[in-house]
Amino acid sequence: MKILVCVKRVLDPQVKARVKADGSGVDLANAKMTMNPFDENALEEALRLREAGTAEEIVVVSIGAGKTEETLRHGLAMGADRAINVVTEDVLEPLAIAKVLKAITDQEAPGLVLAGKQAIDDDSNQTAQMLAALLGWSQGTFVSDLKIEGDTATTIREVDSGLETIAVKMPAVISVDLRLNEPRYVKLPDVMKAKRKPMDKIELESLGLDTANRMTTLKVEEPEGRAAGIIVESVSELVEKLRNEAKVI
Amino acid sequence: MSNLIVVEHDNNEVAAATLHAITAAQQIGGDIDLLVAGENCGAAAEAATKIAGVSTVKVADNAMFGHHLAENLASLIVDIAGDYSHVLVSATTFGKNIMPRAAALLDTAQISEIVEVVSADTFIRPIYAGNALATVQSSDSIKMITVRTIKFEPAAAEGGSASVEAITGGADSGLSSWVSAAGSNTDQVDLTSAKIVVSGGRGMQNGDNFAMLHSVADKLGAAVGASRAAVDSGFVPNDFQVGQTGKVIAPDLYIAVGISGAIQHLAGMKESKVIVAINNDSEAPIFQVADYGLVADLFDAVPEFDAAL
Repeated sequence: MKILVCVKRVLDPQVKARVKADGSGVDLANAKMTMNPFDENALEEALRLREAGTAEEIVVVSIGAGKTEETLRHGLAMGADRAINVVTEDVLEPLAIAKVLKAITDQEAPGLVLAGKQAIDDDSNQTAQMLAALLGWSQGTFVSDLKIEGDTATTIREVDSGLETIAVKMPAVISVDLRLNEPRYVKLPDVMKAKRKPMDKIELESLGLDTANRMTTLKVEEPEGRAAGIIVESVSELVEKLRNEAKVI
Repeated sequence: MSNLIVVEHDNNEVAAATLHAITAAQQIGGDIDLLVAGENCGAAAEAATKIAGVSTVKVADNAMFGHHLAENLASLIVDIAGDYSHVLVSATTFGKNIMPRAAALLDTAQISEIVEVVSADTFIRPIYAGNALATVQSSDSIKMITVRTIKFEPAAAEGGSASVEAITGGADSGLSSWVSAAGSNTDQVDLTSAKIVVSGGRGMQNGDNFAMLHSVADKLGAAVGASRAAVDSGFVPNDFQVGQTGKVIAPDLYIAVGISGAIQHLAGMKESKVIVAINNDSEAPIFQVADYGLVADLFDAVPEFDAAL
């Protein structure tokens, strides 16, 4: 089985997003960027499936221009066999991304598509579900445990009420949660090896898709900050403040 | 304008989250219909008819909707969405699972986790773990929306008298099937609607120590939550998690115990009215958002706090 893993280049999760002064978006110039953490979990799971003999080939795909290639090289260094970079300067919405990924899925014919449950920049949590819809495939979302037997993937989903187990028919699109696994660290020899692995570049226009944005971002602003609080000296002072000042207990 | 709200329910009761989504629809304006899809869901449908301001409750009662599998439910939404200008659902794991699938089938973008209705086509939504707020205007003919519940008051669950319309969906997709569910957190106060939440982080050291927090929570009528670090470490199950990728909550009082305050955690609780932080590290970022900070060893402070209540 071939597995397609969808990855996105995002602002490093340890870096606090700064809104641009003109309100046009978040300032990413010179910011530290990384592979979306959930996508790393997705790739790690694909690698483990290959190590277990369930999969033979792992292909990582990402959409973007310029340094998107760096993120794909990181995926190759983790262990993916090859990479596909759909090149565009446009910032696509999840629906358009799903259309692009459908086109790549049609070309590659994987038995499974894995992706992170959400990208930590846009926080949309849409792409995997949309891709499953466009393909007419089953979906397993927010997955923290995955077992594949024959043409069935048994997934444990992290839901608000706890855990839910569903069986999905393969081929499937599965979006993963952080507790699925612990992504491996990349070693220097793997980084060197990754430089020689194949990376296909596909111009977005060549796919002939309608990827026009449906939404216009009118402005981006910082949320109101919280006023500075106080440090209390003792538990009794804390209880007194909560009772008499904040009146919340 | 006309709004359809996809009701989250357990076949018996309507989830509180849905009432918040209905308020968002009221702010958009126009008629409000509800969709109750489930198996033997008559009680939930009946409860839905009583919600104030609802015109019609569309009920699809069929085994294939029993466990809210995304494939069947999304198809059903697509069947009826054409009658509406807005389709809304709560931004819970229920809504996040089904709505994008329905939106894509309609070749429509989804507007995720709105926190404010600016106008019928313009909404504010948080991005970057809530560190930025984007105002977005949709050009789609149907607006497919998930609603972040904490920013909208719940609609009144009583006082309405909506009519009921039975509808049927297509055939079962056969693409997925429900196997089992494990609820770990059923005994305690609901985390998402609790007025007070006591949360523990990595500093709790192990799951047994959460008994201290449960004791405090019992006295305050509070729910117990946790940071991702505590869940990852196996101290408590995933449904305790508060944060960017867990539950986003806004109680009147949030007590963070042994939580350092990573960006991802703050995203889930910084809208709380009053925040208390108890941590032995005075440099911990949680103190920057806390109204009341106590720099102390939690293993001394929490029992003392408990005794003082």
